[in-house]
Amino acid sequence: MARGSAARVVTANALIEGDVVWLTAEGRWTRDLRQAQVFSDDESASAALAAAEARSGEVVGCYLANVRPTPNGPEPEHFREDFRRRGPSNYFHGKQAEA
Amino acid sequence: MYHYDDFDRAFLAERNRQFRAQVARRIDGSLTEEEFRPLRLMNGLYLQLHAYMLRVAIPYGTLNPDQLRKLADIAERWDKGYGHFTTRQNIQFNWPRLADVPDMLDALAEVGLHAIQTSGNTIRNVTSDHFAGAAADEIADPRPWAELIRQWSTDHPEFQFLPRKFKIAVTGSPRDRTVTRAHDIGLRMVRQQGRQGFEVIVGGGLGRTPMIGKVVRDFLPVEDLLPYLEAIVSTYNLLGRRDNKYKARIKITVHEHGLDRVRELVEARFAEIGPLFDKAATAAQLGRIAAMFRRPPLQARPAAPYHAARTADAVFRAWSDTNLHPHRAADHAIVTISLKAHGATPGDATSDQMRLVADLAEAHGHGEIRVSHEQNLVLPHVALADLPAVHAALRAAGLATANAGLISDIIACPGMDYCALATARSIPVAQDIALRFEELRLEHDIGPLKIKISGCINACGHHHVGHIGILGLDRAGVENYQITLGGDGTETATLGERTGPGFAHDQIVPAIERILQTYLKLRNDRSETFLQAYRRLGLAPFRAALYQEDRADAA
Ligand code: HEM
Ligand code: SF4
Repeated sequence: MARGSAARVVTANALIEGDVVWLTAEGRWTRDLRQAQVFSDDESASAALAAAEARSGEVVGCYLANVRPTPNGPEPEHFREDFRRRGPSNYFHGKQAEA
Repeated sequence: MYHYDDFDRAFLAERNRQFRAQVARRIDGSLTEEEFRPLRLMNGLYLQLHAYMLRVAIPYGTLNPDQLRKLADIAERWDKGYGHFTTRQNIQFNWPRLADVPDMLDALAEVGLHAIQTSGNTIRNVTSDHFAGAAADEIADPRPWAELIRQWSTDHPEFQFLPRKFKIAVTGSPRDRTVTRAHDIGLRMVRQQGRQGFEVIVGGGLGRTPMIGKVVRDFLPVEDLLPYLEAIVSTYNLLGRRDNKYKARIKITVHEHGLDRVRELVEARFAEIGPLFDKAATAAQLGRIAAMFRRPPLQARPAAPYHAARTADAVFRAWSDTNLHPHRAADHAIVTISLKAHGATPGDATSDQMRLVADLAEAHGHGEIRVSHEQNLVLPHVALADLPAVHAALRAAGLATANAGLISDIIACPGMDYCALATARSIPVAQDIALRFEELRLEHDIGPLKIKISGCINACGHHHVGHIGILGLDRAGVENYQITLGGDGTETATLGERTGPGFAHDQIVPAIERILQTYLKLRNDRSETFLQAYRRLGLAPFRAALYQEDRADAA
């Protein structure tokens, strides 16, 4: 999903709820992509991913997702990540309903 | 239908107890995700895009009212008030919390349902004809055999770690409504010189390398079914590839080794293990099962109220034209309850809808409900005289869409609205097509048509065997939809042909419209279906219609 040295965030699904979470600069898991920490070099991104993967009691399936930094926080590069932050398009369920 | 005995109940309770403990150990940190994943998959628990998903088997698509009500309760209590019926005769709950899943499984066990082997590299839920036991065109009810296969395959110690998933479908009718030829093993009941047997088809499958299954045995006496299945699966277990997940299905094994070699190995294995099977015990068990599938006692009923309603009520007439199928008793019908209201998500039913269907089955349908691979529900035994009442009740619940077998009766996989493997969405494409043709008022004019949509090459939406197949892909970061034409999932199974380059999300509905305008223009008359016209005309005129505008632009 993540290529080159683009801006990236660490994302995963929460262990109990299964919903999408992102890693913040404080090392918390947030349900709001805008609060995610953006990594702009490979080394810090991989290190953050490795550290996140070790937190297997909190989350499942960590990976790096490309983002575009904007004044309002990171925006997803790919439509898959856009769906993940919003929820399904057939019902008003998931994140879009919780915001 | 099948009723659990003490053995079944104890088995399920023990299995659920084990899984409850596994979930607890995952939550308290004693199990890593790596350790837990295969355990949860064996119990039907996936992780999707937005949440976990619990996939519950509906063996051979048969439900009783209590089971359907329990599914409704589960959807309400632990999910978001609906369930998604799938092409594999499962129901999927899209929003469970991990900690709640053990309670959900216990609730399912109360009515003899489970999620065992709905995932993983095991023998999956056995699918069958949704009209089984009722269809006028049937040789025999295949469900006792399907139940026997379920019992044999559940927790079968040799087959818990196959090279890949393994799917078996059984039909008792020459009219194949189960897509047997796209299964790892397809069983078609046949008769030879008065004896009942199965035609055994092996090596079908869809996914990234679609293949139509091949006949490995044209007549297998029914009493040899289990040893023969065991011979096939155990041959595959050894021969199937484990080095490459994309080459691990039996279709590739058959393709690489050739049907003759596979047959030789299977027959040799069959000769070896056949004598070890206790035929008398199997026959006794089959007899016990078959007694539970006895046809309900149908009372002769006058059809007059039905004919009167057809004359008086155009809405009822339209529905009865499309959503009924001939029953073996002429004064009865098989009712398809469409879960495809125009603009709705194919296969979804709310808890209230499930409860209504359960009530109707009890009041008018001898307590039987079926789930079809086409993502609809079915009441298999309804007296014609009761149809006006059934229709009125369905209509009030938004369940009387008159579209079974028509353009809006679309199979669509969950796609990128739910599935973590998806490369594009499928549900909105289905919704848009249904709404567009409803708006054009062309649905009934177009007639029988099967559109099937998958959100990635795994082909869970059966797109290869759709008359029109749509495959959602990711092309350079945008959703793109490829079209195949001429696919067929019945006894004349055929894989569709690709038309050419795909279409963007906002171009796919206009593209489908161009295909169908071409069909309407070129068909001989109304009696020539889309598939027949396609077979006569070939791809060329449809391709021309699809890509003409692009060419005009380029010129
Ligand atoms: C979490 C959701 C799902 C996942 C992860 C998933 C995964 C897969 C994969 C990986 C394949 C390809 C197997 C292969 O080619 O070896 C496949 C095939 C298939 N799946 Fe799914 N699937 C999902 C949902 C569904 C649903 C909702 C249905 C029913 C509507 C379904 C029915 C099928 C069918 C019919 C096939 C093709 C037949 C075959 O060759 O096995 N799947 N699925
Ligand atoms: S076809 Fe692909 S997108 Fe659709 S359910 Fe299967 S794996 Fe998911």
